[in-house]
Amino acid sequence: MIELHHLTKRYGDKLAVDDLSFRIPEGVVTGFLGPNGAGKSTTMRMILDLDRPTSGEVTIGGRHYSGIQDPLRRIGALLEAKAVHPGRTAYDHLLWLAQSNRVPRARVDEVLDLVGLTAVARKRARGFSLGMGQRLGIASALLADPQTLMFDEPVNGLDPEGILWIRNLMKRLAAEGRTVFVSSHLMSEMALTADHLVVIGRGRLLADLPMAEFIKRNSRSSVRLRTPHQEQLLHALHGAGLTAEAGPDGSWEVVDGDPVVLGDLAAAHGVTLHELSPQQASLEEAFMQMTASSVEYHMGAGAAPEQPPPAWGADWDGRKSGKES
Amino acid sequence: MAAFPAVAQSEWTKIRSVRSTVWSLVSVFLITVALGLAISLVARNNVSDFTEDGRPFDATAVSFIGVGFGRLAIVVFGVLAVGNEYSSGMIRVSLAAVPQRGTLLAAKTAVLGALALAASLVTVFVAFFIGQAALGGGLSTTLGSENVLRAVFGTALYLTLLCLLSAGVTVMVRHQILALAILVPFILLVSPILSIVPVVKNVVRYFPDQAGSAITQVFPTDDLPYGPWAGLLICAAWTVAALLGGYLVLKKRDA
Repeated sequence: MIELHHLTKRYGDKLAVDDLSFRIPEGVVTGFLGPNGAGKSTTMRMILDLDRPTSGEVTIGGRHYSGIQDPLRRIGALLEAKAVHPGRTAYDHLLWLAQSNRVPRARVDEVLDLVGLTAVARKRARGFSLGMGQRLGIASALLADPQTLMFDEPVNGLDPEGILWIRNLMKRLAAEGRTVFVSSHLMSEMALTADHLVVIGRGRLLADLPMAEFIKRNSRSSVRLRTPHQEQLLHALHGAGLTAEAGPDGSWEVVDGDPVVLGDLAAAHGVTLHELSPQQASLEEAFMQMTASSVEYHMGAGAAPEQPPPAWGADWDGRKSGKES
Repeated sequence: MAAFPAVAQSEWTKIRSVRSTVWSLVSVFLITVALGLAISLVARNNVSDFTEDGRPFDATAVSFIGVGFGRLAIVVFGVLAVGNEYSSGMIRVSLAAVPQRGTLLAAKTAVLGALALAASLVTVFVAFFIGQAALGGGLSTTLGSENVLRAVFGTALYLTLLCLLSAGVTVMVRHQILALAILVPFILLVSPILSIVPVVKNVVRYFPDQAGSAITQVFPTDDLPYGPWAGLLICAAWTVAALLGGYLVLKKRDA
């Protein structure tokens, strides 16, 4: 079990990770979500003891990463796609890793086969595409057959085929009962693979909940109605005990409405409908809303409250006195 | 804790699986032996050009002319063997595999040192015998002559120390180009030039490349304030300091 206790990392005067505490649930895929620059990679590097926390700590099964013997057998990680010497072959890269953690040499061929790199095993990494580099990184993560796997933005820069491959791989790993901790800045990607969700923004924890819970909370479904007879429609809805909210372009939306019931109701009251469509708020929108205030380049570090746009002509006085507006 | 033999084996695989490290080590041999052979052949027919006033002909030194450049090759080897981890970002993979940073550096140093010593020993003995053969019976010396065996062995130790010193500097600066930019001009230019400037001469004598080279000489040249073995110890002290500095940087800094 990986646990983060009040983990904080400061680079100069910039707080990259701010008092982060959560535990990574075992045996499921946990999505680690946040906008670019939210501190995901820094957090992952601190889990592996590559970066030292300014304060707080990470424990793995109650121990510090540097106290684990042959740590690749516990946690396999893919942090950067091409952290491979360009002049070394894929086979030799995996071989030195295997030797360092006393993994049998035969396992190198196994993982090369698993990620589909057997054909280029004796080729130097210099000529590898991004996708091949990513596969080699995943092979090194899987090398010592660890219970826990950690991937930092594994689908970044991959083609659709590669993305699908990684998605299926993560599902397969979780189905084998392994713990998968994967970071992403795309909610849509996580919705397809993750069972649990940890969301951070500006280094702070924003959410830590099961994916199903996140979907339930954030996916508002509604039915949109459009009619030339607005009065009659609202009257009919009111009579049926339903409330409608004004939607865009003169439409009306019934939250959690059933299109069948609403269509029948309109017919019974002789109301002509020009639109009857179920609506689903996207998880991406919910995620964007959650993290909006914490996006790196959004505002200055002071997080000043958002100013309402100035009224038309409000800058007139300034312009009159010759100042640049 | 990580098992030292396993980590050492892994470090050996790292070194042998990259062409640039292998070739830099091979070039130590080629440069040293080839130059030694060439100069020995020249010396055979121009003995007078190779003797200074009142000093005996130094057959060992002639066959070791190539060591001056062999030093640079072994420095390059030391820098590359360690520095290529930094240029490729692989250091993070290495530290994730072996988070005990002291163990990692110790294993690296041991493998590097053993390889450098083995290559240096082969190089100096081959350079010595080929050089003596080229000089011919009248000029050549033997391992049995006074101070010769010490000079031959000492040269191998000197080269090994320079290799480890370079590795230590590279871990400190964490960048192989930067390490080369510091070490190569230092050994090639800065140190030799300063060593003939009267004011700083006495300080420069204690630089690692200068102090260590005392052991390579069969006939004591200058009025050096230290003997050949003490000179080698000074060089070794610099090496230990560089490795210790490297250890502290590796230990303290984020990878």
